Formats: sequence, structure tokens, C-alpha cells
Amino acid sequence: MKPVSRRVLYLAIFLLGLAWTVLSRPAAGVTTSGQIPAPQVGFAAPAFTLAEQNGQSVSLSDTRGKVVILNYWASWCPPCRAEMPAIQQVYQSYQARGLIVLAINASNQDRLAAMQAFLGSFAHSYPILLDTNGEAGRLYAVNSLPTTFFIGRDGMIQDLVVGRPLTVAGLSSRVEVLLQEKP
Amino acid sequence: MFPILRIGPAVIQSARLLLVLGFFFGLSLSERLTRKLGEDSDALTNLIIIATLAGLIAARLFFVMEHVALFQKNLIGLVSVDSSLLDPWGGVAGAAIASLIYGQRKHLAFWPTLDRLTPFFATMAVAIGLAHIASGQAFGAPTSLPWAIELWGARRQPSQFYETAGALAILLLLWKQTGAIGVPGTLFLKFAALTSGLVVFLSAFRGDSRLILGTIRQDQLLALGVLGLALFLLEIRAHPGKSAGNI
Repeated sequence: MKPVSRRVLYLAIFLLGLAWTVLSRPAAGVTTSGQIPAPQVGFAAPAFTLAEQNGQSVSLSDTRGKVVILNYWASWCPPCRAEMPAIQQVYQSYQARGLIVLAINASNQDRLAAMQAFLGSFAHSYPILLDTNGEAGRLYAVNSLPTTFFIGRDGMIQDLVVGRPLTVAGLSSRVEVLLQEKP
Repeated sequence: MFPILRIGPAVIQSARLLLVLGFFFGLSLSERLTRKLGEDSDALTNLIIIATLAGLIAARLFFVMEHVALFQKNLIGLVSVDSSLLDPWGGVAGAAIASLIYGQRKHLAFWPTLDRLTPFFATMAVAIGLAHIASGQAFGAPTSLPWAIELWGARRQPSQFYETAGALAILLLLWKQTGAIGVPGTLFLKFAALTSGLVVFLSAFRGDSRLILGTIRQDQLLALGVLGLALFLLEIRAHPGKSAGNI
């Protein structure tokens, strides 16, 4: 190809790309800025009420004004088991500053005996909620375990980690940011 | 989407596994190209491994520098495998600096080395597409097209499949051209131009784009810049005397 023809071709390709960039602009609200859409960061955490093992009910709405780690887990899930001591450590560190942890067990996919055996294997002080009919899992579109939501004081989902265990540093870095927000 | 693979008691993140497989396959293709050109591939292999390790270490160090207080309380976090504790731009800077230092020490020529690394880059682009398929990230915009896929609560453009198919086509096309690379740097610049062109085109089908300047997709604008630069360099490298001089 002659140099002039090639230059024209390159310029045409670039201008075509520029035109496509402008013409393919999305309508407002169509894109999610890198976030998983359902449930997505920046949207209100869906309300639920679940029972603890002792039968006491806990509602998400009771936690308004606090920072919440909502962890969805099952005892047969190794990454879930791996991260729970880290969650406990972070809970102990930040509880006094307004952190609440709600660990929702996927009880419709778990065995009560296995869950209790696992919970007995380490010290934990945060509530374990039982999602016996999978309602909370459907509400939060959980399709992978563990799934952890970080909910701000305003009740909005601020971060979401799907399918991998969190470490103390990973949890703390997110909680620190949320705790700095004013109630 | 298959974010996790369960093999007995082990749970593996599929996306990470695919990236690791892509790394080794890409590395072997680059080594093969280097040997095909009658050169020793050891320096290239070392370059890729050193850049990767330096990138990972720098990514963690940059993250730690941003969150020093957290790691003071929890030193074990320094060696955590949690990929959220990495700073991507710090990683890129670390990998680039390590590559330049190693390349200078081993007297590796800049453009020919980039050509030999091109199969590695092109394979990683395919692996990233496959990782997106596995994890459900980089998802498409909602659509009613017959080939839409059900993902994240809606029927969407299968953008991850477009991305993977495009990257695979680029890999195959460039691999065919490795027999006659021509002016040093041409293979790499073709890869950069084709890949950025693909991003410009396919970003229009994404549903997760970050927007800047009103409603312009950030990825598209960045890729357009890379496309322009790659085409410009292709042109001046083809005619070094007539344009900006030999690089």
C-alpha cells in the first residue's frame, strides 16, 4: 500500500472510532459504573427480618445509622469458613465505633448440625441469622458463596465482594472508610 | 457464569485460574516465537516473570502505603492473597520499571522485545475475556436480542463472549504474521491498534461502563487514545526518515 493511502486509511480508522465513541454514548442511567447490578452498590440494601438460632428476630431496619457487614455463608463453603474468624476479629475491633455484623446462614442449603458444629469451633460474638427458606438470598440475588455486602450508615450498599474470602485487612480497609461517614 | 470451581475440598476462583493458565500459555507462545526467530528465549521468560513479580509486589506496596494504619495492626495482611489489597496502577508502574531495568541490563532491544512479547499480551487478552465470562464482570447492556444471556437479573448483551472472540481472532491473526514481522515493533503496534479498536467498538455494548465528560465511556476514550498513538507509531516506524525520526 502507498504511504499516502495508508495514512488516509489510518486517519479514517481513527475518525471512525471517534464517531462511534460519540454515537454509541449510553442514555443516562443505563450503565452501572462497573458495579454488579442486582443488588448494586449505591442502592438501598433490601429490608429483611430473620431469626437467630435462639428464635430472636433481627431486622436490617434496626441497624440504620450503623455500618453493617452482611455476610451470606454456609458451613460447607470453605472460603466462608476461612473468613469468619477474620470477620470476628474486625467486629471486635470496630464494634465500639458502630459496626454491626449480620452473618446470614444459607440454611435452605445447609445442615443445622454441620452449621452448629462449625460455629462451635471458633469464638464469635456477632449474630447468626437463619435464612431457612432462602428469602434473603433471593432478595440479595446471592448466586455465589460467600457474598459480603458493606452497608453504610444511610442503609445504602457501599461495597460488595462475591465468591472470595475476605481478610482482616480487606475487611478493615472497607469498614474504616464507612465508619468515617457521618451518621 | 462459574465464579468458583469446587474440586473436592478445594475451592478455586475460576477467573484467577483462567488468568494463570493464560499466563503460562502466553509465556510459552512468546518463547516459541523467540525460538522461531532463532534467538534465546531465556531472557524473555525472565523478563515476563520478573515484571509479573515486581508488579504484584509494587501493587501490594502501593496499597499498603495508602492504608498504613491497617497493616500496622495486622502485619499478616502484608502477605495476604486477597487481590482487593492491590493497587493496579502501582502494579503497572512496578512492572514497567522492572522491565526497563532488566531490559537495559540484558541489552534487550525495545521494539523487537515488544514484538516477542506480543503473543503473551494477546493470550492474556483472551484469558481476561474468559475470566470475565467466568466471573460475570464486564457485563453487557440490557437487550432483547435473541442471543442475549441472562445475567445479574436481566437479559444482556453477551459482551464477555464478544470480547473473548475478538481477542482470540486478534491472537490468531497476529500469530499468522509472526513469520514476517517486518519493521521491529510492527507486530506489537498492530496488536495495540487492533485491541484498542476492539475496545472502542465493543464498549458500546457494555452495561457497566464508567462515564466521563457527560455520557462518554471512559474505556472507549482511553482506547481511542491508544488506537491513535498505535496508528501514528505504525506510520512513523514504517517511514522513519520522513516523519518524527527513527525511534
